[in-house]
Amino acid sequence: MPVITGRQGGRSDGPAVKVENLTYIYSPGTPFEFAALEEISLEIMAGELYAVAGATGSGKSTLVQHFNGLLKPSAGRVSVLGLDTADRRVRSSLWREVGLVFQQPEQQVFAETIFDEVAFGPKNMGLSAQEVEERVCESLTRSGLNPAEVRDISPFALSGGQRRRVAIAGVLAMRPQVLVMDEPTAGLDPSGRRAVFDIIEGLRRERGVTVILVTHDMEEVARVATRMAVLCRGRLLKEGEPREVFTCLSEIREAGLDLPAAAAMMRALSEAGKPVRTDILTLDEAVEEIAGMIRK
Amino acid sequence: MEVFIEVKGLTYVYGKGTAGERQALSGIDLSVSRGEFLAVIGPNGSGKSTLARLINALLLPDEGNVLVNGLNTLREECRWEIRRQVGMVFQNPDNQIVSALVEEDVAFGPENLGLPPDEVRERVDEALSLAGLAEHRRRPPHLLSGGLKIRLAVAGVLAMRPSCILLDEPTSMLDPRGRRSLMKTLARLNREEGITVLLVTHFMEEAAQAGRVLVLDRGRIALCGSPREVFFREDEVLRLGLDLPAAASLARRLKRRGLPVPDGILTVTDMVNFLCR
Repeated sequence: MPVITGRQGGRSDGPAVKVENLTYIYSPGTPFEFAALEEISLEIMAGELYAVAGATGSGKSTLVQHFNGLLKPSAGRVSVLGLDTADRRVRSSLWREVGLVFQQPEQQVFAETIFDEVAFGPKNMGLSAQEVEERVCESLTRSGLNPAEVRDISPFALSGGQRRRVAIAGVLAMRPQVLVMDEPTAGLDPSGRRAVFDIIEGLRRERGVTVILVTHDMEEVARVATRMAVLCRGRLLKEGEPREVFTCLSEIREAGLDLPAAAAMMRALSEAGKPVRTDILTLDEAVEEIAGMIRK
Repeated sequence: MEVFIEVKGLTYVYGKGTAGERQALSGIDLSVSRGEFLAVIGPNGSGKSTLARLINALLLPDEGNVLVNGLNTLREECRWEIRRQVGMVFQNPDNQIVSALVEEDVAFGPENLGLPPDEVRERVDEALSLAGLAEHRRRPPHLLSGGLKIRLAVAGVLAMRPSCILLDEPTSMLDPRGRRSLMKTLARLNREEGITVLLVTHFMEEAAQAGRVLVLDRGRIALCGSPREVFFREDEVLRLGLDLPAAASLARRLKRRGLPVPDGILTVTDMVNFLCR
């Protein structure tokens, strides 16, 4: 088994996120009442890159919107970095410690210059001008943008992919310990997707940030996640390391997901009678396995 | 093959005459036959969405012409008919929702055509079922998940019985099942109903399922041909910041290891067939 680098790293001193029996009901008491989450329990350790997978409407976004107190449990409890997210008194620390990158965050960009956009959060925290400056430069650099080149231009002069980097930089400038990203690569081209993962890996390696990734892209999950949760109609169907979860084909299918291409390929080969392992996650692993098979 | 869309010398500039002037398309020539399934790929900012909007007459050429079924988008009196014949599904479905109930939203187009209620009903039923939304017909659109909203946009377009559907990254917010089912729907509409499909996408696996793939790069055509022809030019595809479909990428890596893998492997099935031959 090839060693997969970059999966560990960061601190591992207990759960960064603890979800206990979480139930969330939209529009309670109306004809549109709808239980988006039912009795979810899970723990995400500090420094993990935890993927939340599931079909559209399975409750992924609803779940992660509890992590910074945007939603409050209808029942159960969510604590992040030891803070109870339903407690109003911890709200401002939560917003500081938990960065939430929404779906298509480039649509929320509003400032006249990229500097002002990224500086918005730090300025609101009451930081000194020098500290704001430092954070803006660091976040832009981390996001793959050159601060000197882009600081004074309008974010609206950028392509969608670049504007998304600006939006991500705005969240990073808060220096969150926990970063929640909801479909951060949706709509990006392959090189844009790689750029987002470079940002994530850098944050984990250098700052030990806990990253929670909501995604439909099983290739991404297979490549980068330490663990994953599979949600299906508001329930936690499966949780574990991707290598283990992706061997549970019936649950994956039930959840409306797919196997990563490499796993699908090995499974098809195995079903065709070839003696190959099926707990393969990445194309690199598949190459090794197939090369071994051909040489036999 | 009858030409359905004809693009000649097409150039489009955003913010013309301003400081932020940017040439999005430069001298594009393209012809799409009736009944084709064309995928348009390219890095962010390569001009894919701009091309789609020019075909639907939402944007007008700065130079050159776009003809849809012989109708020139520059002629104002043709635009209504062009948009009826070429239905567009946008990246963000929220911008396309007009009604308080799913079925009313789908009925909006046909009702505006002045069709009798029976015909509207028939079209709505058909469109909802093709888009996989039948069970959601009585729900308010704003409470649908992102993926279902995109299917709603597709249903709204289908209810207009267009000759051509133009989809601008419709699957970027869909889950794998939703993506597969939308691709199946598009393939069936193309094959059985003869609808011309133009699909702008970032997913190479989807492009591999098209009849022809157009690759744009900085407003120009970089490559155009069958999926096999395009993805055979691996180095060029990768240099543009794009990817190969997973099976093609696997084949490339196996070849690099000196293994005798044939050219033209695009899908998991191709790869399994080769390995089990």
